[in-house]
Amino acid sequence: MKGGPGARVLALHLGLIAALFAAQFVLGAYHHTNLARIMVLATYAVGYNLLLGYTGLMSLGHAMFFAAGMYGAGLSIYYLGFGAIPGFALGVACALGLALAFGAFALRTSGVSFLIVTMMFGQAFYLTILYFNQVTFGDQGFILSDRLPAALVDPDVKYNAALLVFAACFLASAFLVRSPFGRILVAIRENEARARLLGYDTYTCKLVVLTLSGGMSGAAGAAYALLFSYVGASFAAILNSIYPLLWTLLGGAGTTLGPVLGTGLMFYLVDFTSGWTSAYLFVVGGALLVLVLFFPLGVMGTVRAKLAPWIP
Amino acid sequence: MSADTQRTHAIRTGSSPVTRRALLKAGAGAAAAGAASLALAPLSRIAWAAGSDEPIRIGFQVHRTGIGATYGRWYERTANAAATYLNENGGIAGRPVELVPEDDGTDPKRGAEVVEKFATAHGVDFVYGPLFSHVVIGSAPRAGELKMPYFVVSEGYHVASGSLNRYVFQPGITDVRAQVQAMAPWVAGNLGRRVTMMFPDYAFGYDHRDYFSAAVEAQGGSIAAKIAIPPTESSFTKYFPQVPADTEVLYHVMVGPGVLTFVKEMGEHYGSNRPQIFGFIDSLEGVDIASPGLSFLEGTYLWEALPRYADGLDSDANRHYRERVGINDEGASVDDPKDVSTNSHMFGCWETLFVIKRAVEESGYRSRNPDDVAALIEALEGFDSFDEGIPHPQGYKEFNGALHQCYGRQFISEVREGRLAVVHTTSIEDGKYEAEADYTTQSL
Repeated sequence: MKGGPGARVLALHLGLIAALFAAQFVLGAYHHTNLARIMVLATYAVGYNLLLGYTGLMSLGHAMFFAAGMYGAGLSIYYLGFGAIPGFALGVACALGLALAFGAFALRTSGVSFLIVTMMFGQAFYLTILYFNQVTFGDQGFILSDRLPAALVDPDVKYNAALLVFAACFLASAFLVRSPFGRILVAIRENEARARLLGYDTYTCKLVVLTLSGGMSGAAGAAYALLFSYVGASFAAILNSIYPLLWTLLGGAGTTLGPVLGTGLMFYLVDFTSGWTSAYLFVVGGALLVLVLFFPLGVMGTVRAKLAPWIP
Repeated sequence: MSADTQRTHAIRTGSSPVTRRALLKAGAGAAAAGAASLALAPLSRIAWAAGSDEPIRIGFQVHRTGIGATYGRWYERTANAAATYLNENGGIAGRPVELVPEDDGTDPKRGAEVVEKFATAHGVDFVYGPLFSHVVIGSAPRAGELKMPYFVVSEGYHVASGSLNRYVFQPGITDVRAQVQAMAPWVAGNLGRRVTMMFPDYAFGYDHRDYFSAAVEAQGGSIAAKIAIPPTESSFTKYFPQVPADTEVLYHVMVGPGVLTFVKEMGEHYGSNRPQIFGFIDSLEGVDIASPGLSFLEGTYLWEALPRYADGLDSDANRHYRERVGINDEGASVDDPKDVSTNSHMFGCWETLFVIKRAVEESGYRSRNPDDVAALIEALEGFDSFDEGIPHPQGYKEFNGALHQCYGRQFISEVREGRLAVVHTTSIEDGKYEAEADYTTQSL
């Protein structure tokens, strides 16, 4: 395609969304449902990538933001009779608020300390859900089916709702990382002390991106609750914090397309291998080892390094 | 190995197509095994030739990995044994039964995905098999949306509570509310009326906390304390001093790897001067009662849904069931005496498959079209009891079609010389409670 990098980047991102829109008309029922689920989970990975891939902050507590969105939406619908859209909005607001409050003091740490603080707070959030089980139904969780619009049962509605949430977060992420603010984030990732010396308020920048990252994770959590009708504490457990890390690393941290690709690859890798062996996590682990050894930049990171340096 | 051959192999051997150990031994051995299986495939087909129609395909949602793996291993063996028995005896409505297993990782997210996969990729007729409550609750909405008959062997009260949907049934095992309620008269009458409860601080524990405490109070007893123990706890010494001194019965339902530590520390705390102790076998499913760390349980009592030791229920049906599943008189695998079964739960997989058979045959179900599915569900809702016999070795059961839930007798056993000896059998009446739901009012 001719044109500047901006036009190519725009075409690439819009092309992906168009391809996802078109896919629903050709996919069979199984992959149609899978893709709806992958788009919701990819939204989570896109949010995570803003923090890890572009700012260099590794979190092991992001499940609390996903769960904040899920429970914000789920509890408001279950107890207060909210509709799907107000519930979704409240879920995102809960995740944004939690990320802002958490970031305000957690970002006083960095590196391994930040990693540990995120993990501790993530676990504390998970145990809080279990502790208030009379309200949250603890690990068992609760179902929203009979409180949601009947239209949400329709696979096409699920698919396009998932696409809408994903597209909004994906395009926002692409816009953000190509903006001057995104350049500051990359500067922080590469050398925060130097960025500070240049006069940037790195603390505020990190707080903003953590809040946005948490908000996108919360949007994914709220969408999951609405589209799959279930809210449960397992989504706040540490494993759900590790997943977006793996998806992002697999697809390519610091690339906008990487988390999407990584989520899809990992989903189908688990889906395929679990039908073949009960040791599917062994196979998944082996695949990740190969990736780390031979493609440390992830799939899209390698593509960018070798073939298309213009990819953001 | 083709997918069909894999499934046939799984049914015949009662194992997953490839286990972890098998994977690690891959290489020349795997190649040889694959060649042998391919060679045997035509022989396997002969078994299916008894039926003259397409097989009834049943998705088996199994906890092969994750926290439920011990249960899952035995659930799969039991389901495979039941399917093999059915196929040797005419199948279902003259059609062979084919189990299509998928691992849900004991995870509600994966559970929902597996239900979708069964419905849209495998094209099965029904799904059955999950145990853990959170997996059932996470998967059930998708089963309902996909109008997939979903048979759970979960023991949880979530089916009878009305919180799921019209497509979900639990016809093979009594729910925990009825179980704990049935225990209360015997506990209050024989062990004591002042009870302290120690339970895990999550859903499984809450059912005990809520329903056993109410049942004890209905018997004129009282609860001295309810001590919830966080699931992350690995030592329990700080909880035993919280047990009030006037406690006559200590009721425990701890589960998971910490149970051996729990019992050991309970013994260290009480020594020989202990209250009566009553627990649920859930704590010790898959664990040898004669394990050194469990010696303190001597003289205490446990609930069982189906006695682990063969002499606990001496009936032809039970002997037949144990022989077909492959468990010895001590309740362990006939192939490995150290591999102790989960006998108080897994019989539900056996019995559920026979309920499916009866529902298919009485409803005239042929394929998963809306009319046949509706007829099947209405047939199930019309059932009121299941007689004791080969299809129901655990015993006679009443079935409440409005609640989609069955109710059977329960057993209380004493730990004697490192074994379990049945001392009491409850009646179905002991566990009855007021119904809170009616699924038949929901549209199909």
